[in-house]
Amino acid sequence: MSVLLRTESVHKSFGGVRALDACTIQIDEGTVAGLIGPNGSGKTTLFNVITGYEKADAGEVYLSDRKITNSAPDKVFASGIGRTFQLTRIFPSLTVMENMLVPCRRAHAVARRRAMEQLEFVGIAGYHAASAGTLSYGQRKLLELAYVLVADPAIILLDEPAGGVNLSLVNNIADRIRELNAAGKTFLIVEHNMEFVMGLCDQVTVLDSGTVVATGPPDTIRTDRRVLDAYLGEDIGEAEDDPDPAEGT
Amino acid sequence: MTSEKGRARLAAGAKWSALVILAAAALLFPVVFRNPVITNYGVFALIFVTAASAWNVFSGFSGYISLGQAVFFGSGAYAVGIAARDWHVTGTAVFALLPLAAAVGAAIAVPFGLVALRVRRHTFIVITIAVFFIFQLMAFNFSFTGGSSGLPAPFLAWPAATYNNPFYYIALACAGGIIVLAWLIRRARFGLHLRAIRDDEDRARGLGVRAMRVKLAAFTLSGAVTGLIGGVWFLYLTQVEPQSGFDPLFDLSIVLMAFLGGLGTVAGPVLGALIIEPGQLYLTIRFTNGYYGEILLGAIFLVVVLFVPRGIIPTGGEWIRWLRTRGRSALPVTAPQVPRAGGEDRPPAATEAPAREAQR
Repeated sequence: MSVLLRTESVHKSFGGVRALDACTIQIDEGTVAGLIGPNGSGKTTLFNVITGYEKADAGEVYLSDRKITNSAPDKVFASGIGRTFQLTRIFPSLTVMENMLVPCRRAHAVARRRAMEQLEFVGIAGYHAASAGTLSYGQRKLLELAYVLVADPAIILLDEPAGGVNLSLVNNIADRIRELNAAGKTFLIVEHNMEFVMGLCDQVTVLDSGTVVATGPPDTIRTDRRVLDAYLGEDIGEAEDDPDPAEGT
Repeated sequence: MTSEKGRARLAAGAKWSALVILAAAALLFPVVFRNPVITNYGVFALIFVTAASAWNVFSGFSGYISLGQAVFFGSGAYAVGIAARDWHVTGTAVFALLPLAAAVGAAIAVPFGLVALRVRRHTFIVITIAVFFIFQLMAFNFSFTGGSSGLPAPFLAWPAATYNNPFYYIALACAGGIIVLAWLIRRARFGLHLRAIRDDEDRARGLGVRAMRVKLAAFTLSGAVTGLIGGVWFLYLTQVEPQSGFDPLFDLSIVLMAFLGGLGTVAGPVLGALIIEPGQLYLTIRFTNGYYGEILLGAIFLVVVLFVPRGIIPTGGEWIRWLRTRGRSALPVTAPQVPRAGGEDRPPAATEAPAREAQR
């Protein structure tokens, strides 16, 4: 299995605060990878650095073997990385269909057909003519996923796809991710919902204070001592009785 | 479904019929109203329809509020004046210089945009105002602009009774051209990208929109059309001075016209210009030694901000939609697995600063 996305010793500081410290990750093609860590551990900053929203102070980002470090967001997107945001960012004054057409480069009729297919796939095709600003938060999450999918990126970065949405919608999103992954799509997911991450991901990377503290299959991560440290603090005596870090968040 | 389609077809038919009637009325206006005082209103109204629509193509669609459009307007006027003087162009041949006015507007917009479009919101507005004053000062102080006395236009030996008519039709062609262009842009991918930039520029960039290129193209197009109509205005008034060519009230007027009619819509700036410009002109002519025009502008601005902040066209559209859809559910529910608004799904409290904040 080839490596699709990797970061090498990425550093990023905001003033005196070191958000990423020699952060190195790699995502294999065709997998669903999870990125977890306590609040402020640098997960979203890493997403921002990969997708060009923040510039890395040092280190490199590669997509396949192509260096994309500090490329502008539009160039990163064109190279094949799509992303969603922790707080959904749609275009509220545009209709749902217009939102879908923003990333399209195809001819109009083809683009509309493809956009409608994606809206049907995520289950909001009935709203295509509605103003995106009228959608509920969960529907916006689906719209954001749909308009990233419409451009068919090589890898999709999802920032808390299950955050703030109810259980049925979380299951709907998880099902969509599984279907896409079965078709060969690669995902990197930041999520606090451990059940969601552990049930979906092939590999999980744990960040703490901007550094990778553990990487491995969900079952290994679940009981990793360093992960428990990161989530529960130095005193892990009690944590060893309760091996699920999700319950600590 | 069939009745809905029928209603939509009927609405489209009514819209096209109204447009044809409006176009016919615009074409026949100087034939019906032969009094030069009346046609003068028509010429000025069309000049401002063009200027407000050109402003809207950039500022209304992209959300970047420019208060420096007078830079292009005045430069277009001066370009025609300087070229006519230096190249000894006289008579109706001066109209051949109008494309030069557009070219000068576009040529100024490129470096202006490359500097100003690197920043957003208030900073962008401040830069456009600063550039405006630089151009006004240059017009006052350079010798080739004629200094504070400005430049005269070549004399046109046309009969007084019909003098306004050619200008009316030239201004009508400019207005019609920019309205059609705005309509096409709004429907095109270019317009979609501009509107996406207005909603969330960083997000648009993350979806492959080349924001700087799109903004600069719209700014340049807007500058070209404003320069062109500045040239027409100069030939009509037969002179340009620094304070009239580079007039801060020009910027305030076109912005208010667009806001009154509806920012970012095609019809909004047209409606706004047709309401404000004749009113302002009437007050200026009627009360020659007063500032009633400016007072009217200020009063309209207050009314717009207080009662129709989104403009007449969008607010009217909302009322019509409300009348049509009252009593119905807000949206057709065809995807039962997706919870509706008001359900359990709510935005979470932010645990990490989003990139949008980081970009500010």
